[in-house]
Amino acid sequence: MTFDATMRIDDGTAVVRLTGELDGRSAPTLNQLIADAVAAQVGRLVLLVHDVTYMSSAGIRCLVFAHQKLPRGAEIVLVGTRPEVAETIRLTGFDRSVVLQESVTKGPAEV
Amino acid sequence: MLQTRVDAYPTHRIGGFPVRAGRPLPFGARPVPGGVNFSVYSTHATAMTLVLFRRGEAAPVAELPFPSSFRRGAVFAMTVFGLEEAGLDLETLEYGYRADGPFRPREGHRFDPGAILLDPYATLVGGREEWGAPHDPVYPYRARIALDDFDWEDDRPPGVAPEDTVVYELHVRGFTRHPSSGVQAPGTFAGLAERLPYLARLGVTCVELMPVFEFDELDNPRGLLNYWGYNPVGFFAPKASYAASGPYGMQVDEFKNLVKQAHRAGLEIVLDVVFNHTAEGDERGRAISFRGLDNSAYYMLTPDGHYYNFSGTGNTMNCNHPVVREFVLDCLRHWAAEFHVDGFRFDLAAILGRAPDGTVLANPPLLESLAHDPVLNHCKLIAEAWDAAGLYQVGSFPSYSRWSEWNGRYRDAVRRFVKGDLGTAGELAARMTGSTDLYGSRGPVASVNFVTSHDGFTLRDLVSYDRKHNELNGEDNRDGDSANHSWNCGHEGPTDDPGVLALRARQSRNALLLLLTSHGIPMLLAGDEMGRTQHGNNNAYCHDGPEWWLDWDLAEENADLVRFVRNAIAFRRAHPALRRREGAVGHPVTGDLPEVSWHGVRAWTPDWSPHSRLVAAMFYSGADGGHDCVYVAANSYWEGLVLELPAPPGGTAWHLFADTAAAPPHDACEPGREPPLADQARVPIGPRAVIVLVARDRPTEE
Repeated sequence: MTFDATMRIDDGTAVVRLTGELDGRSAPTLNQLIADAVAAQVGRLVLLVHDVTYMSSAGIRCLVFAHQKLPRGAEIVLVGTRPEVAETIRLTGFDRSVVLQESVTKGPAEV
Repeated sequence: MLQTRVDAYPTHRIGGFPVRAGRPLPFGARPVPGGVNFSVYSTHATAMTLVLFRRGEAAPVAELPFPSSFRRGAVFAMTVFGLEEAGLDLETLEYGYRADGPFRPREGHRFDPGAILLDPYATLVGGREEWGAPHDPVYPYRARIALDDFDWEDDRPPGVAPEDTVVYELHVRGFTRHPSSGVQAPGTFAGLAERLPYLARLGVTCVELMPVFEFDELDNPRGLLNYWGYNPVGFFAPKASYAASGPYGMQVDEFKNLVKQAHRAGLEIVLDVVFNHTAEGDERGRAISFRGLDNSAYYMLTPDGHYYNFSGTGNTMNCNHPVVREFVLDCLRHWAAEFHVDGFRFDLAAILGRAPDGTVLANPPLLESLAHDPVLNHCKLIAEAWDAAGLYQVGSFPSYSRWSEWNGRYRDAVRRFVKGDLGTAGELAARMTGSTDLYGSRGPVASVNFVTSHDGFTLRDLVSYDRKHNELNGEDNRDGDSANHSWNCGHEGPTDDPGVLALRARQSRNALLLLLTSHGIPMLLAGDEMGRTQHGNNNAYCHDGPEWWLDWDLAEENADLVRFVRNAIAFRRAHPALRRREGAVGHPVTGDLPEVSWHGVRAWTPDWSPHSRLVAAMFYSGADGGHDCVYVAANSYWEGLVLELPAPPGGTAWHLFADTAAAPPHDACEPGREPPLADQARVPIGPRAVIVLVARDRPTEE
């Protein structure tokens, strides 16, 4: 499945919808969007990942990239993460950088 | 501007990849604009080939021989571009080398272009994500490239002063692998991170990890495992199967997160590092990396090309060869700079002071370099100051005022005294005061004191077995040290006899209390605070399983022992008289009392005769404008005694902190809540017991 990412910036929040495989080859695309969001001075970054079929460590690293690029206190929300990816994020300590949610409306998911 | 760099353009095409001559330094594989720079050295190789793999695949994607123009001195360097076009990125790329050259073992050369070799500088090793899985026959340890984008936030080393340090030695897998650990990722760095609060609450300040470099757990000729891991393969890479995220290749991140969480909890991380030998073994071993790249540089060889065996494990690394010396330094800098670790304990460190022909150096350049290296400046350096070939340097290890040592003489002195051996009182007194007879001006902090370590009996087994029971190791009980100075307290092994069990509980406490009130840096073995057993095995390097992992249910079963240890550590923390950087002297320095004074059945009258079984010390510190005064008495006689007490500092009275003869919870109370002694002139001490008193302000009359 080919990778696709679209971003909408609205009222200080950037929402990125991702589909396909997020790995070492597609991660630079996402990093570029994150850089654009940083340039637009957003305070919140929401990544919709329901339709991401596979996420490798490079995908997880995009979160670190975002955490380090965005201003301190900015919120990064990951919506719809698969359990095994959520587990890896937790075990490697990246869960301190992001909020994991099951859906846009629900509260933080149990990870 | 960066895009216009001319060095980002290929000049050649090799193996289907655009390449150019690389940079010789730094060694290893490093991402550079547009590609990856590969650099590897070999003094005796005649040709070198870079082998590229797609992650996990058996056959290589490409083989790229280095043209002779890509060689600078003994270094082969090449920058490879076009990886992306070939469907490779840093996540999916694995690489290795083929080195060609003479196969003349008598001259020390064992080149074999048929073998694909691990880069000694590989920062990530693939292929070994599953603990105990069989080796890939083609290329078992696959070099990869780790990214260094971990988010350290504002991580800082805790910087615990050596005199305030309490070390806790543990095995990463064994610490949380048992189901009773209750962690989400048992047996991993993440699992250990989950258990850090327990260690912080216990009061230790420094967690010493048994080997975590990628090692070969299958390296055992008897069908068992090499569970401990004192046989490294990838010195720059954390062990993949110690990481829950190993399948994602994120062991570097998981380890870094462990260090970060430890630092947040105020805990330091020290690594047990093995530079004395590798998993490649002797003539019968296989080439994994060093042997195939430059055998005669990396290993100490006899004049006819055999491996010297100062390590007892087949080969010996050639640590004072200038090339290997730089390798060791680069490796430690990598762990200090990249992983933020706080220090190192060097396995069989005496080997690090031997010349390439095995002779012992008076001024070993490697040890001097380590002591003065700027990147390692803040790191604790701890030597296991002996080797397997009879070199014993406790007290004489070349320290450059930087190194501490595992004090094997401390261990033996406490064991022998507690067991009841005669002629040990004077020796115990010297060990309790930081072994300044051995370390002189280096002070007590040169001495890492311990009664047990991974190597030998656990504390519970020390008081439960007269003899080692290593039959399961497959060597007819011939392996492991026979001089354990242990005593089973009346029955060999498990028993229901309440008298024997009570004596064992007391003997354990005696050893722990002496350890935690001695000058020097105390070290505890993981699980000793909850009565862990190895069933009398004193060399359990090869056993992996529930019987051998730490059973956390013991912490409840022996909650009294855990509380005893916690209180004893807290007591140490509360009393500067016990935590000395410099040796205590037998005369007053500040205040009226000597920094250390010795007593006996009568105050101020120690008995140093060979038949003495009593040692009583009063430690005093007048620092920071206040008094701190602690009295420690140890009786290894089988009957109780009454001890006349020296007068405590003016305005204070003796209070009882600990009495190992008392039933819990009166064996050690919470520091600061010690009850006053009714009789200030004398105190009873039970048979085979240790008592600790503290001078506190006189209780107010009410």
